[in-house]
Formats: sequence, structure tokens, C-alpha cells
Amino acid sequence: MSPPDENTQGTQLEFVTLVAGGQNFCIEITQIREIRRWSPVTILPHSPSHVLGVINLRGAVIPIIDLAAKLGFDRISPTERHVIIITAIEDRIVGLLVESVSEILGVRSDMVRETPRSPDDTTMRAILGVIAVGDDMTKVINLSTLLTNSEPVAA
Amino acid sequence: MNNEPSLLDTFFEECEDLIIALSDGLTEMRDGQADNETINAVFRAVHSIKGAAGAFALDDLVNFAHKFETVLDDVRAQRLAPDDSLLRTLQRAGDMLADLVDNARNATPANRALVDPVLAELQAFLGPEEDTATDEFVFEPMSLDLGGQDDTSPVYRISFTPGRTFYALGHDPLLLILAIQDLGPTEICVTANDLPNNFSNLHWDDGYLTWTITLSGPVSDLPIREIFQFVDDLCDLRIENNECAPFAQTTFPDHPPQPEPESGPTTDAPQRGLKDEQAERTAIKPTTTLRVDPERIDRLINAVGELIINQSVISQRLQEAALPNSSELFADLDDYKLLAREIQEGVMAIRAQPVKPLFQRMLRIAREASDATGKSVVLITEGETTEVDKTVIERLADPLTHMIRNAIDHGIESPEKRIKSGKAQQGIIRLSASQRSGSIVIEIADDGAGLNRPQIRDTAIKKGLIADDTILSDQEIDQLLFAPGFSTAAEVTNLSGRGVGMDVVKTTITGLGGRVAISTVPGRGTTFSITLPLTLAVMDGMIINVSGQTMVVPITNILETIRPSQTDLSKIGLNNDLLRIRGDYVPIIDLAERLGHAPPGRPLTDRVLLLIQTESIAQCALAVDDIYDQRQVVVKSLQGNYGYILGVSGATILGDGKIALIIDPEAITNTTSVQSQIAQPTEGGRSYVAA
Repeated sequence: MSPPDENTQGTQLEFVTLVAGGQNFCIEITQIREIRRWSPVTILPHSPSHVLGVINLRGAVIPIIDLAAKLGFDRISPTERHVIIITAIEDRIVGLLVESVSEILGVRSDMVRETPRSPDDTTMRAILGVIAVGDDMTKVINLSTLLTNSEPVAA
Repeated sequence: MNNEPSLLDTFFEECEDLIIALSDGLTEMRDGQADNETINAVFRAVHSIKGAAGAFALDDLVNFAHKFETVLDDVRAQRLAPDDSLLRTLQRAGDMLADLVDNARNATPANRALVDPVLAELQAFLGPEEDTATDEFVFEPMSLDLGGQDDTSPVYRISFTPGRTFYALGHDPLLLILAIQDLGPTEICVTANDLPNNFSNLHWDDGYLTWTITLSGPVSDLPIREIFQFVDDLCDLRIENNECAPFAQTTFPDHPPQPEPESGPTTDAPQRGLKDEQAERTAIKPTTTLRVDPERIDRLINAVGELIINQSVISQRLQEAALPNSSELFADLDDYKLLAREIQEGVMAIRAQPVKPLFQRMLRIAREASDATGKSVVLITEGETTEVDKTVIERLADPLTHMIRNAIDHGIESPEKRIKSGKAQQGIIRLSASQRSGSIVIEIADDGAGLNRPQIRDTAIKKGLIADDTILSDQEIDQLLFAPGFSTAAEVTNLSGRGVGMDVVKTTITGLGGRVAISTVPGRGTTFSITLPLTLAVMDGMIINVSGQTMVVPITNILETIRPSQTDLSKIGLNNDLLRIRGDYVPIIDLAERLGHAPPGRPLTDRVLLLIQTESIAQCALAVDDIYDQRQVVVKSLQGNYGYILGVSGATILGDGKIALIIDPEAITNTTSVQSQIAQPTEGGRSYVAA
């Protein structure tokens, strides 16, 4: 939940890497409750386009958000092969639809670099930092920013 | 004596009850219904708080309670007449005492600037000579006339049998006996008659000894009882006055019954004694209650919710299994349904609480608001015993506070104005709760000037909520009060400033599945009525199909279901369908369209109409595609994880594990009219409707 702290160098962090909108992202493992296969949702009326609907998770009503659409990419058209990551942010439980989940990445906290400054767009605001993985890199998603600002303003 | 934190917690819990009793009594005194017993009850409440606070060295509380108690004692002895000014002071002192208890609980220092004036007011009634009494209360003998019979007899026989819990909590009989010895010359003897003959039956942690102490000395029984104050529900205690033959049972109010951590068979006898005592203590604790951690109840409620879902799963499976209709399984299933419902009602009843404590807080709010505005206002509460779900009570506090303040600040006119318009100088606000067919209705009615509609309209125009040429009906103007960003003279007066507007009131009530309605008569007053569902967790619903989505409509709103024939239908304009029913015409609302789903393209004659009735509209017909079933559904909130959706009050889980949304007919039928008109001009309002 808290951003990787630069001061506590060397703390071991674990991230789950995933693909949404064709790009690599990751979420800190402590924010993830479970990972499920896609199952049909109940559509919510008057909802923004990135909100797919709600599912029943053992008796709780959990909204499902299309992470790709939320980050500004095209909407995912969900199939059996897609994956829902159930995340817990503050008191809320929200499911994120992603294209796939790849691996668990263990890094030291000082390996999480600050996000390079670039023009402010939807995706950038939701990125906490970047991690270099071999030749590639993955972006740490800031769930708090992503979801608190996004959800329907309940007046 | 024993400064365990848990004991302190018990003290504060007890204080809550005492303060309610105190506030009750003071209200009765205000209304002139008080008899001697009421004043005694008030006195005892304050005295008990003082006594226990002394044991925890809460000095501010003790000093204040002492002064308060002294004044009450004078009232009781009819040395002081309870006139208006005295009653006001007593009320204020009661509020202050509650504050001081809160302070002590939060370990924050008392606000002397607030306490001292009240102390001074109390002192004013006592006259100057009482000053020395302030520091009198330490945990020591003190002669206070409580029973009336004390002066005659100097010899007491104290018989004292500690039970198992007494020892388990780490109390020591020796300390108590030493404390008694401090009171005067004593003769002590101990009997061990309860010891089992066969020592293998002896429980090492049980109490078998009875001490009999004969105490002589010029004391009342009060100091003796104070010594035993913290243990007398843990032991069998009899204090006998030798001159007066019968047992003087403990009538001194002390700890409420605590759930015993354990009770072995041998402690049965003391327990029975305790129950007798409780029966006599009715003055302060009218009902024997059980304190339960709310979390345990919530767990139970969740489990019951799952049970009901499970029941619908089973009934669905049975139907799919195509069993012969004669199968006894169906009868068993019906029994199962009934039982599940009974359990559910029982569990909900545990959560239900009377609105009384909430209303009592409002009495105080009203007092403070009337002091702040200089208006003379009396708040009359009715239906205090109406029971409402605990969560609802908790969440109603803020909206009610705001509405009461509003009523005093804006509703009730100044005394001069009231007299000019031929009303009594004192304004009256009626706060009432009642149960009406599956709902709880809470009304706040003032006898003030009524809503000033032209002014509301002007304000709304000024704040850009409506265009200045908008034509609004009276009801629509009233509804403007609830528009986000609207607030009448609020900034000017010092009463508001909590940042709570009527829109927040409405949002809170809507969040609870309720509604707020206004009715106002110019010159005669305004009534706000809040309608809330009886329970939050379960309701009877009609399971319907709307554009392929399964949804639920509350049964309470449905008058009947109709499959219309062509002759019943007619049109106004292009898209407005009307249904003719028994000579009346009611509008038809397409639920799919209203919820933003694709219209199914089926003609109305092929669909089902639900004739519904809500608070705001007489009747209207909701067009849905199919009706599946009618059953009890468990209401799950969408607010926690998602947010408010217009037209949807919650969700439920069906027998197949899928989620169905629960329709809020009130919001559905209202969407086109007032709300969208108000909401459109401002960005904030827009998102409220569209989000």
C-alpha cells in the first residue's frame, strides 16, 4: 500500500508482474488477495466504461475494473484466458481484469526507481515507480491513486 | 482498589447507562412528571458515577459530580425548589458530567473554561457555606443519608462468602477485612461449613469460606458497601443491621451484571443471591442486558445471510433435479425456509436497538442550539422505544443533529416574531419515531415559519444551481434544499460550520436505503420525514429479468403485476406510454432504458408491468421482461467496494451464485424529474447523477 520507501534501502519487496494493454506492470504482493480466472460479471448501470460490473466472491460483492481501459489503453474483451487480480486497497476490495499474470518478482526496495518525468497522462499518474528487469522494465502500479480517484463519486 | 484497565472499561460502560438514567430523570423533571423516585434515581446516578470515579482517582469527575450531587440532594430534601433556572442548570450539569466522563475515557484534560461556569452555577444554588465539602470525597467513610434508617443502629453483621470469580480476579478477602476493621471495632469469625467432607471433591480455585464480621461503630452501612462495591457481584454478601431484624439487601447501585467468565457448579448459590439483588436494583437498570461484542453479532448476521443464500441454492438444485411433486423433500424445504427466516428475524432483533439514546443526544443538541441562537425551543421526543438497526442509529446521529440545528436555526422564528404572529414564545420541535409497514419513519417537525420558498429559489439561482428562468413546482423548490452546494443562511450563524449540508444528510439517508421528504406549511412549520428500511440485511424481493440481467425489486413497493393487453396501453407524445388500470392512467417506465441497458425491443404486451407505489409518486408501472420468482434476498452493499449507483440500492447473491442488483424504485421513478434538473448545471451535481 505504501510506496516503496527510498530511505529503507535494501528492504526486500515482492511484486506480481502482469500484462495489461500489452505492457508490463506489477503490483506489490501485499495488496493482492488472490488471482482468479475470468467469470461473467453482473453489469452495473450508469458505470464508467472501465467498470465491467460486479462478481460474487464468497458472499462479497466485488467490482471488476478493466485495468487496461483504466490505464488508458483499449478495453480488454474478456475470455476464459483472462485473469482477475483481487486487490485490497484500504478498506475496499476491487478486482482488476488483466491480460495475464507472469511471475513473482523479488527486488530490493532501492531497485525501484522513481518514475521518469514525462507529460502527465492517465497511465503516468498511476505509476509509483519502475523496476528494471533484465533488458526490460516493469511499472509499479499505485493502486490507491488508481482506484480512489477513479471510482464513481458517491456525491 | 484494582486498577485493571478492564475494570475501568466496565466503569465507563456503566457510566453510559447511568448517564442515560440521569438524562431520563432530568427530562422527566423538566416535563414536570417527576416524583420523588425520579429525583432519587437522578441522585443515585450521579452518586454512582462519583463513587466509582473516586476509586479511579478521576478528580475532575469526582469534584464535579460531588457538587452536582450536593445540589440534587438539596432538591431531594426539598431545600431547593426545582424552578426553571435550577432545571436548566441541572440539565447543563448533566451534559457537563457526560463530557467529563468522555474526557476521562479519552484521558483528555477537562476543559476548565466550560466546567467552571457550570460549577459556579451549581454553587450559586448551594450558597457560599458549602465550599468545604468539595474535597470531602476520598475513598473513605462518609456519612451521607441514603437509606434513612442508618442513624438508629450502630452494629452491623456482615456475612461474606467470596465465590470462584472473586479469587480468579485476584481479589483478597484480607484487604477487605482490614478495610472494615478501619471502620470500627470488629469481631470476625470464619466458617468452613461448605467444605466438602471428602477432600477429593475440593476444587482448589473455589471459595468455601464464609466470614462473619460484627462491626460496631457510629457508621452508616454506606462505607461498608463502598468497601464491597467492586466485589459484591462476585461474592455472596449480606449486610445485616442488628437493630433492624431483616436483611438489608444491597440497594446501593453498583456494577451492572457482567458476563461471568466461568461459573462452576459450586458458585450456584452466590449467583442466585446475586439475581435477587438485581431484581431489587430496578431503579437504575430497568432491564437486565447482555453486553456482546458487536463483531460477534455481525459474524452471526453474515452467517445467516449465507444460510439464506444457501437455502436458495438448495431450492434451485431441487427444482432442477425434477423430483416428483409429491416428494416430501419440498415440505422439508419449506420448513427449512421458515426456520431460516425465523433465525434471521431473531438475529436482526439482536441488532435492533431503541432510538432512545440517539434521541437523548438530540435533546442536548437542541438545548445547545437554543442557547446559541437565543431562541427558546423545547424538543419533544416521541416513540423512543422504536427499535432500529444499530448501524442505522449510529449513522443517523449526524444527519439528525444537522436537521435539529437547522430546525432551530432556520425553522423556529425569533421570540419577538413568534409573539407577533400569535404563537407561544417557545418554539416546539417534535422528534418522533414510529414503525410503519416494514419501514421506520423518523419525523422532525418544527412549528416555525415554514420554508421560505422564494428565498430558497433565489439562493439556488445565486449559487448557480438552477437557471433564473427555471420554472419549478413548490415540491421541486423544497427539494433544492438537498442539492449539493446549496445551503441557506448557514454561513452567517455560528451554529453550523461542521461542513454538513442537507445534501450530506440526504446522501447518508440514501446510503442507508432510506428517503427524506419535506412537507411545509407557510407560517405553521416544516416537517422532515426520514423513511428507513426495517432491516438492512434481508428483504423480500421479486426476481425479475431486465435485458438479460437478473434484478430484484423490493416487494414492499409492488402493488401488483400486470401483463398488459393492447387495449390497456396508450401513448402520450412519442415515447411516453400510459397504462390504464381500473379507470386510472399511470405512466410506464421502461426499467432497462432507465438503467441504461439496451432496450429489449419486445412490445409491451409481451412484457410484464410491475405496478409500484413509492413515497413521492402515487403509482407508476415499471416495464420488465420477465418475472422469475419471489423470495427473500440478502442485501449486500455496493457502497463499500464501489459506490452509489443511481436507481440501485444494493445487490444480492442468487441461488446460482450470480449477483443481482436490487432496484430502488424511488430513485428510478425520480430520476427524470427534479434531480436531473437540479444536478445539470454544476459539475459536481452532474457526476452525482451520472456516475
